[in-house]
Amino acid sequence: MSTFLQQLVNGVTWGSVYALIALGYTMVYGILRLINFAHGDIYMLGAFMGLYASRWFHAAQDPSPVKALLVLLTSMLLSALIGMLIERLAYKPVRKSPRLSALITAIGVSLLLENGGVLVFGADPKFFPQLIPQKTIALLPGVAVSNQQLIVLVVSIVLMFALRMFVLHTRTGKAMQAVSHNHMAASLMGISVDRIITITFMIGSALAAAAGVLVALQSPKIEPYMGIMPGLKAFVAAVLGGIGNIPGAVVGGLVMGVAEVMVTGYLSPTYRDAIAFVLLIVILLVRPAGIFGKAVTEKV
Amino acid sequence: MKLRQWLAPVAALALVVVALAGCGGKGGSGGGANEIVVGVYGSMTGNDATFGQSTKGGVEVALADLVEQAGGKIGGLPVRLVVEDDQGKAEEAATAAQKLINQDQVVALLGEVASSRSLAAAPICQAAGVPMISPSSTNPKVTQVGDRIFRMCFLDDFQGLTMARFAVQNLGLKKVAILKDVKSDYSVGLAQYFTDEFVKLGGTIVVEQAYTAGDQDFSAQLTAIKSKNPDAIFIPGYYTEVGLIARTARQQGLTVPLLGGDGWESEKLIEIGQDAINGAYYSNHWALDMPDTNLQAFLTKYHAKYNSDPDAIGGLAYDAARVLFAAMQKMAAEEPTVFAGLGSAKAGTPERKAALDRLRDLIAATRDYAGVTGSITLDANRNASKPAVVIEIKGGKKVYNTTIHP
Repeated sequence: MSTFLQQLVNGVTWGSVYALIALGYTMVYGILRLINFAHGDIYMLGAFMGLYASRWFHAAQDPSPVKALLVLLTSMLLSALIGMLIERLAYKPVRKSPRLSALITAIGVSLLLENGGVLVFGADPKFFPQLIPQKTIALLPGVAVSNQQLIVLVVSIVLMFALRMFVLHTRTGKAMQAVSHNHMAASLMGISVDRIITITFMIGSALAAAAGVLVALQSPKIEPYMGIMPGLKAFVAAVLGGIGNIPGAVVGGLVMGVAEVMVTGYLSPTYRDAIAFVLLIVILLVRPAGIFGKAVTEKV
Repeated sequence: MKLRQWLAPVAALALVVVALAGCGGKGGSGGGANEIVVGVYGSMTGNDATFGQSTKGGVEVALADLVEQAGGKIGGLPVRLVVEDDQGKAEEAATAAQKLINQDQVVALLGEVASSRSLAAAPICQAAGVPMISPSSTNPKVTQVGDRIFRMCFLDDFQGLTMARFAVQNLGLKKVAILKDVKSDYSVGLAQYFTDEFVKLGGTIVVEQAYTAGDQDFSAQLTAIKSKNPDAIFIPGYYTEVGLIARTARQQGLTVPLLGGDGWESEKLIEIGQDAINGAYYSNHWALDMPDTNLQAFLTKYHAKYNSDPDAIGGLAYDAARVLFAAMQKMAAEEPTVFAGLGSAKAGTPERKAALDRLRDLIAATRDYAGVTGSITLDANRNASKPAVVIEIKGGKKVYNTTIHP
């Protein structure tokens, strides 16, 4: 039993990272109907921004929680700016084109970021400094959680909650909801659609960057291709929860994390990557709109 | 899968660019002065980049020796190194070997460290008749590829036996868990050899778990291992993952010792694992604090050139290059006409083929060569039989623990 609980803790921690990345996918899809394939690479950039920020703050030599928070915020801010830049330079020019053009552009941006990353950061892995010394906390007999795992979980929950508050209770958040329903109608109501789209990209990128830093905190190896797999899996998580739906992305991410850990722990680690795509196939067969998605009937 | 679909065109494009750059830069080979070209290939970048870097470092020190002793020439011909990066990928290792043989016209290849990558390049060398000396691939299959493939280190069956004996006789362990990399020939082989000997000595393998190189999260495997209460965990992997695994193990409250093989040999192991790696043991080719005169002389030279400590991978690469140079020197002294075939001017001629055949025989005849990683005698299967050293990691330092003889 304690093994099962421990696996659950592992799964939820890992799943909260997927949830953070999935939020960005889902938000962009909700507003633009665009699957932003470069999103996983923003997660990678977030981890590298965190690495440079921690050098800037000398966080490795003299670690403190305040510096760790500064590193996280710097990385989120820089990545938000990169997200804005990508939206302006790559996606905005093709917004009026067929949806396929936008999708191919997204794949292009993804390749650009990965290979640009190899060029700038180098292909060999870098190691993220230990910003917070590792401690183990026993929850129950046989069930332990490290302070780093707890930080991942708590920061993820705080960010997800903040996002929900923002979307439901601020003017910009409400404008976002309006834009996601209908661009034209929203702009007729005086909402600057361009501004909302930019903000969406910035928030999504900041969340992905946070996920990058959080992962690097407990698993410190970072390299330019690290975003490919988590990106794909977070995309599956977003579809699982119902793409375009914010609570759905969180639930989808957690389900993915737990499923992966359980498969690794009880079956075989070789099925780890397979389970994500099995889940995708199952959900598309059984409930194509996702767990929380509303089935939309197209009017002809 | 999507990933593959995207990567293929990019890889193809990269190949074209590399090919064009190669042509433009040098205008093919054979146009230059008559010289002896030696190829080095390894993971200069990628997941286990220190392996390639150390190999290159070791070979360069050997070349510096040659420059000092003989003006960098063998039989009147200057020796030039060509280094290729395989990025730690087996398919790239095969490409690197092709390029070195066909484009650079090398007389021999030095590399790789990881057995999976040596196994990818070895058939190409064998088919072309070019000798390949792997400094540090320990999987038995590597030299079984053919009579042109040599190695400078012990084999995994002996390495597995070493750690099994050490676990039972020196540490008194009875129940061990195994965590191996399922996609690595080295890791799977070493896990098997360890299991065989450990069970023979009366121990039990309580659980066997697996991962894949490049994984970021190992918590599920370690939780499954923890539930079986082992006395130790044997992790026959490479240093990057081992460091991450050690951290996760401590995170989960697993405090038993970790055991491993020579894939741990890198300065990065301690950088990644930090405190979590203390108290671990692994089998290795040498320990820097061994009082061997050849070893200490090499350390001094290495320090003077790079201002850092070499790892065993670098030491083995140095030995591999020295054995190759010694064979060529012998050939130049005793059979100068055959030796002339090794010159780059003779590329593609029958003389080249005869010279490569002779070079192979001379390398195979290496007996009692005083290397920095111990005395090297190649047996009928082109393997070096050497003792293994067990290293303990104490306070972030690698400390010699014991030597186990075959």
